[in-house]
Amino acid sequence: MIRIDCPWCGMRDEAEFTYRGDATVTRPGANAPEEAFHDFVYARKNPRGWHVEWWYHSSGCRQYLKVVRHTMTHEVRTVARATETPEVPSE
Amino acid sequence: MRYSGFRLLSEALRGNTGWTPAWRDPPPKKSYDVIIIGGGGHGLATAYYLAREHGITNVAVLEKGPIGLGNTGRNTTIVRSNYLLPQNHHFYEHSLKLWEGLEQDLNYNAMMSQRGVFNIFHTEGAKNASVRRGNAMRLSGIDAELLDKEQIRAMCPLIDVDNGRFPVLGGLLQRRGGTARHDAVAWGFARAADQRGVDIIQHCEVTGIDVEGGAVVGVQTTRGPIKAKKIGLAVAGNTSRLAQMAGLDVPIESHVLQAFVSEGVKPLVDQVITFGAGHFYISQSDKGGLVFGGGLDGWNTYAQRGNLPVVEHVWSAGIAMMPSLSRLRGLRQWGGVMDMTFDGSHIIGKTPIQGLYMTAGWCYGGFKATPGSGWCHAWTIAQDAPHKLNEAHTLDRFRTGRLLDERGNGPFPWMQ
Repeated sequence: MIRIDCPWCGMRDEAEFTYRGDATVTRPGANAPEEAFHDFVYARKNPRGWHVEWWYHSSGCRQYLKVVRHTMTHEVRTVARATETPEVPSE
Repeated sequence: MRYSGFRLLSEALRGNTGWTPAWRDPPPKKSYDVIIIGGGGHGLATAYYLAREHGITNVAVLEKGPIGLGNTGRNTTIVRSNYLLPQNHHFYEHSLKLWEGLEQDLNYNAMMSQRGVFNIFHTEGAKNASVRRGNAMRLSGIDAELLDKEQIRAMCPLIDVDNGRFPVLGGLLQRRGGTARHDAVAWGFARAADQRGVDIIQHCEVTGIDVEGGAVVGVQTTRGPIKAKKIGLAVAGNTSRLAQMAGLDVPIESHVLQAFVSEGVKPLVDQVITFGAGHFYISQSDKGGLVFGGGLDGWNTYAQRGNLPVVEHVWSAGIAMMPSLSRLRGLRQWGGVMDMTFDGSHIIGKTPIQGLYMTAGWCYGGFKATPGSGWCHAWTIAQDAPHKLNEAHTLDRFRTGRLLDERGNGPFPWMQ
């Protein structure tokens, strides 16, 4: 069970959350070329290691969280608010 | 050595002393015409069809561990071609036809069992979707039958067709679908490829892909560099990492899919059955264990293990469909890492790098695709152009907007 320490609600089980994917991609400007939109929607680093990802607390406070989680160990290192930029460990 | 009933009998009389290894264990050569990375079913099938269909035998299959221990050994062994989209069902139907002749072709018992696959539905909306899918299949010459509630009850009396919450209205049956012995598929392809001169190199992990002037020239491995002008990736689960060695970010995320087997019981489930009100599919192995699985855990992972919320969902969905399952104990549970694409369909084709090809993004469909994937991948490598069966499954369809969105879920890999 992945446990996420929501900044608003405290430690909760993954079953309360809805996963929303890679949080490192940013939406390009409206006039950006198609290529930029392709990369935004489809190109992913898909790292084996630390991954910054969106988790929506759908059965809780309904806030979007930025979670730094390891894709081999499933360890959750940091849970940040949506506007924050959490630090990603190098290893 | 050719396997036959006569051989079995003569070996039995001679104390089984005459059997030879099913494939060689050669050291890697300095260079090959084609290198296939990944010694699972897809990679071995690619090598086999390169040799058999295209006469390309100077081929190496590089595998970081022993062959067949990735997703080839971790699936629920289901074989079927009941897809809605023509691009998908033509491909899977070709694969199913290869399955039907595979054992004679490979001279290997893959325990192919066409026991029938049916998906049950519980609402008028789901029935309409099943009718539409069945009609799409029949228009393409693929078998599909609509079953009513009583036919479902007759085929599997343990299904709770009168369930108050999820009453069964009927199902969509593909009689030619079924199961096959997953390990035997890898071993059979390995043996048949090896007999045609393919080098299967185990315990040889690729650590880099060498690209010069936009074209591949070879790979770096834990057993030294190997040169080749054509390289095929068949490493589902790890495609992103291998593609990044060549400088490509692909439209794939890695996710875990769990599977389960119960204690062995007498024949109970004669077909492959999927539940329509939750993610659950089940069949029975020849040893008697019920083999079943569900959906993704739903977050990126490379670990071959999942978590308890999905375990609970899968078991409870199974018990909702077939209440007697509640009396069974689980024997084993495991996870495999899927390449999940953004439209739920696979990728077989060329890449922006000359000489680099891939069969990837298999989502839920990898095992049943094994021969078809190898066949199309081999064609694409040999001809440097896709076959008609995989011309829609390109890597660049995400750029051109020609998605193959079987489920209509939108660009979310964890929801496919």
